[in-house]
Amino acid sequence: MADIAFLALAVITIGSAIAALEMRSLIYGSIALMGSLGGIAGFFLLLDAPFVALFQLAVYVGSIAVLILFTVMLVKRELIFNKIEDKRRKFAGIGLMLLIMVSLGAVFIDSGIKTITTDEPPVDFRDIGTDFVTYYWPALILMGLILASTVTGALVLARRVDVEDGQRTN
Amino acid sequence: MANELIDFTLVSIALLGIGIYGLAVKRNFIRMLFAIEIIINAANLNLVAFGRFIPHSGGQTLALFSIAIAAAEVAVGLSLIIVAYRMYQNIDIADFRSLKG
Repeated sequence: MADIAFLALAVITIGSAIAALEMRSLIYGSIALMGSLGGIAGFFLLLDAPFVALFQLAVYVGSIAVLILFTVMLVKRELIFNKIEDKRRKFAGIGLMLLIMVSLGAVFIDSGIKTITTDEPPVDFRDIGTDFVTYYWPALILMGLILASTVTGALVLARRVDVEDGQRTN
Repeated sequence: MANELIDFTLVSIALLGIGIYGLAVKRNFIRMLFAIEIIINAANLNLVAFGRFIPHSGGQTLALFSIAIAAAEVAVGLSLIIVAYRMYQNIDIADFRSLKG
């Protein structure tokens, strides 16, 4: 049975995920997204994974959320407060969401993972470091190269000078 | 440990459903990026939860890889938003028509 901290974190995470998508202002939406990502970091702490939790806080709450906030501020004021969505699709989307939740939830509740419990000690975070430099070292190097190239690509893309403002407004 | 694997899995399924709802309904480019972030986080939560209950360090290692790749994805996505906004002066994806066949 879940404890109080788990239930509180679940309410925070799911509630602020809904708020991130449904709030009228994009700025408040991105702050709510920050709350949702922080809630996931709390789940990682509950799962005895403090290293991943701190990584999540540093990368998601610390940098990605701030990056999104700055991008939102670059956009025109009326676009920030304007909700753009298909009204007809809204009910279909809610139906799709409920269908996915109910069907996947039923499958998982019926499956054998309901009985899985563990009394074993959590994984030591030193094992993660060992994993990175032994079995996963080619992936680690590849990830570094991918990160460097994507960030450079993003900078080049954002600084393109051949795109003129309002080039395709008509 | 009081919490069971099924609890974390159900939270993850709920986040996946919310993310798919956002991708299906919203036409705002930035909100769709929010929805993608929520789906990626649901996947990370599952990775770490299964890694805790097996227990094996592979779950946390893969979650760290996933977080790093997601950071790169967000950087590219936001720069695409900036380029598209400069071209169209809008963030409604229905207005981005130059790739439409």
